[in-house]
Amino acid sequence: MTSAHSKLYSDDVSLVVVVVDTNPFFWAAAALPFADFFAHLIHFVNSILLLNHLNRVVVIAAGVSSCAYILDSSDVSPSGGVGVSDTFDRASRKAEEFIAQDARATAGNGSVASANAASLLSGALSLALCYIQRIFRSGTRHPQPRILCLQGSPDRPEQYVAVMNSIFSAQRSMVPIDSCIVGTQDSAFLQQASYITGGVYLKPQELNGLFQYLAAVFATDLHSRAFLRLPKTLGVDFRASCFCHKKTIDMGYVCSVCLSIFCKNQKKCSTCGSEFSRVMPDLNSMPDQSK
Amino acid sequence: MGSLTIGAKYKTTIKDPGTPGILRMNDDRFTFTPNDPRSAMKFNVDFRTIKGHKFNKVEGNKAALLNLSKEDKAGGYIFEFDNVGNRDLSRDFVARVLGKHQGIVPPRPTVTPENSVASAALEQLSAAEVERRVKLLREDRNYIRSLFLEIFCKNLNFGQQERTYLKMKQIKDQNKGQVSRMRLVDIKPTTDGRTNKVTFQITPEMIHQIFAEKPAVRRAYLDFVPKKMSETRFWEKYCRAEYLVRTKNTAAATAEAAGDEELAIFLKNDDILAKEAKMKIKRVDPTLDMEADTGDDYIHLPDHGIHRDGNKETVDADSELARRTLSQDLNRHAAVVLEGRSLDVESTDPKTLAEALVRSKKEPPSTSIVDDANHERLVKVARMTEIEDLQAPRSLPCMRPLCIKDPKEYFDSQQANALRSLGGSNDGRKARTCSLSTEEAFHHLMDQMSSIKVNKLNCPIIQSDMALKEVSKACLAELQLQEFLELTIPRSSIDGYPGIATAFLVIDPITSAVLYNKVQRVKEAMTQIYQKLQLIKESAQPDALDAAFNHDVEQQQKSSKAGNRHNGF
Repeated sequence: MTSAHSKLYSDDVSLVVVVVDTNPFFWAAAALPFADFFAHLIHFVNSILLLNHLNRVVVIAAGVSSCAYILDSSDVSPSGGVGVSDTFDRASRKAEEFIAQDARATAGNGSVASANAASLLSGALSLALCYIQRIFRSGTRHPQPRILCLQGSPDRPEQYVAVMNSIFSAQRSMVPIDSCIVGTQDSAFLQQASYITGGVYLKPQELNGLFQYLAAVFATDLHSRAFLRLPKTLGVDFRASCFCHKKTIDMGYVCSVCLSIFCKNQKKCSTCGSEFSRVMPDLNSMPDQSK
Repeated sequence: MGSLTIGAKYKTTIKDPGTPGILRMNDDRFTFTPNDPRSAMKFNVDFRTIKGHKFNKVEGNKAALLNLSKEDKAGGYIFEFDNVGNRDLSRDFVARVLGKHQGIVPPRPTVTPENSVASAALEQLSAAEVERRVKLLREDRNYIRSLFLEIFCKNLNFGQQERTYLKMKQIKDQNKGQVSRMRLVDIKPTTDGRTNKVTFQITPEMIHQIFAEKPAVRRAYLDFVPKKMSETRFWEKYCRAEYLVRTKNTAAATAEAAGDEELAIFLKNDDILAKEAKMKIKRVDPTLDMEADTGDDYIHLPDHGIHRDGNKETVDADSELARRTLSQDLNRHAAVVLEGRSLDVESTDPKTLAEALVRSKKEPPSTSIVDDANHERLVKVARMTEIEDLQAPRSLPCMRPLCIKDPKEYFDSQQANALRSLGGSNDGRKARTCSLSTEEAFHHLMDQMSSIKVNKLNCPIIQSDMALKEVSKACLAELQLQEFLELTIPRSSIDGYPGIATAFLVIDPITSAVLYNKVQRVKEAMTQIYQKLQLIKESAQPDALDAAFNHDVEQQQKSSKAGNRHNGF
């Protein structure tokens, strides 16, 4: 899918909303330390800001129990500085505060299991889209918005519906979602997001050179991407999660009215309330042909 | 011509009781000698005075009469015989004699007079025939006895009786223990017309056929008789059910079936037959034409077949009563007859018969038959699937059959392939599960943030000076090469040319050692390209090449004037 070019925007003015995964469980076991990752991130943010004085960068942290804005380049620092160090100071302070807040929220939330905790990608995408919508309504000329997700945690099927809704919303708004996977597993959600919205999906092999990847692939504006040969994914994992049990499925039942997906045959759709009069044989009794 | 001596009664009139005696006939005349020597009914008549002969049709208890009418119509001689056979013999003899006298010779009967001398009889038979009769007489005592009775008591001809006996014996042997070929299951009642009484006549033969064709009735008989009801009562109910079906009185049938459990059994579908039909369907060879099996005894199919009145009625699927059709009944009867299973018992007792039928059904005739059928089917399948013209050549290597892979495996394997093909090293990233608790994990993250605050951005991400320099060179070289190539080489060739800087920068990050290697490779590639250019230069036109080189020089001059405008980003 080619990226969208909006004729209302300046060609190389960009609004980059970076969604950062701050799942402590992932970073505790990650090969790349969070400190190095954060350094790469700050350099990347500064690189974008250096490309064009009108460029804007927003960084959203996606925690285990909450999400928050930790950096907005349009905000003026208390000291009045706009340099690299000021950016770094603001971002690190805000990140520290957010992590503490997220820790408190997670401690109070007993339902979060430690090993299986996932970052709130859907919440962060929603925040990003809300910010972009606010920018859309602020004036006639806008920067070209795009979202960059730096994801490390694995996907959780519980968030499938919310993530897909965000993806469709981004598609409708013509906001590309770029994905950079810093974890070990590919993310089916972000593959679908990048595929549907026309973004770039990349899983770097060497995380020590993360900045290189970010600068070479994700720093370019949407207009310039037409002239660059950017990495392409070999395939997209289009698997969905069922609405009833939130488990990833390859085959399932789909409501013909609202397109809700179920893993087992149901007499009534739990989403739209449509009644299915004809009972079909249970798919679980059929041999699994994919094995 | 011979002579004929036969016992008969002479009657003056038809109503006359008759005088018993002996009638002797020869070619010229016939005589009658009464048994009572004092009787005056003795006469000797010339055949020439006999003009014709008449005989009556014997029905029921009527006597077999032969009337020899005189020539001048002045009466005749009426003889009464004990049976039709004697009368016919006499009639034929008279006919021949009269024919001879009148010029017409009737066909000579094959039978010989029984009272004639044995030697005369033997002379007329062939040696083989005699031998056969002697053998028959020697072996079958019953036959001798019956023949004695017939010959000496009823004065029948030897050959005729023998033929009749043999025919009956043959039929009896064939039908021994088997269902009659005639369909007797359809019991037709008789009504007297005056009252509402309907009478059914059931013979043992019919019972046999009913038990053979309707296993449910047989099972009901064994279960109910004599525990629940008498045999008469059983057959009463059966006949009543048949009557209701025959008269298509569905309402009455339903009502009576609801009230009478035993009667309902006769009105329902035969479940044993349905089961047999289903088993049969399973054994049907799917490679054969299925049309041959349509119309078979699928009695569980409600809307199949033509009903007895020729109409195809719509069927109430909820009804439990059987809807028998003519074709189904005929097919069932034919199937039973063709089975031809003979029973060991010839008893007419229905119970014994039913038990014998059950035993014969329980025998596993199907094991060997089914095995044979299976084997035959497999052979047929093998024959049908092996079409030589369409067979692929055997020399080809065996292809692995297609299979659908798990999409997860597919994507992961493709990633691995991509890594291998690009020459990149696997970073060795493996999923590591976090064994820390929530609190510990957050503490770890906070520690990381603290270290950031301490170190700030002092740790270099890359060695910026070196990276900037080398990347600048690489990008510049590539830019110049692209422009040069556009001038000299067609576009199609350029499209396949890899973007050196972009590809290398994207795929592999620039660290100091890696960057050095990359640059070396770029230099080697450039050297090769220049060598190729030399070859092209020799073969290409000098004007185009001159223009290209001039352009290249101009570009270099421009770049040197611009200074460090290119920053590589």
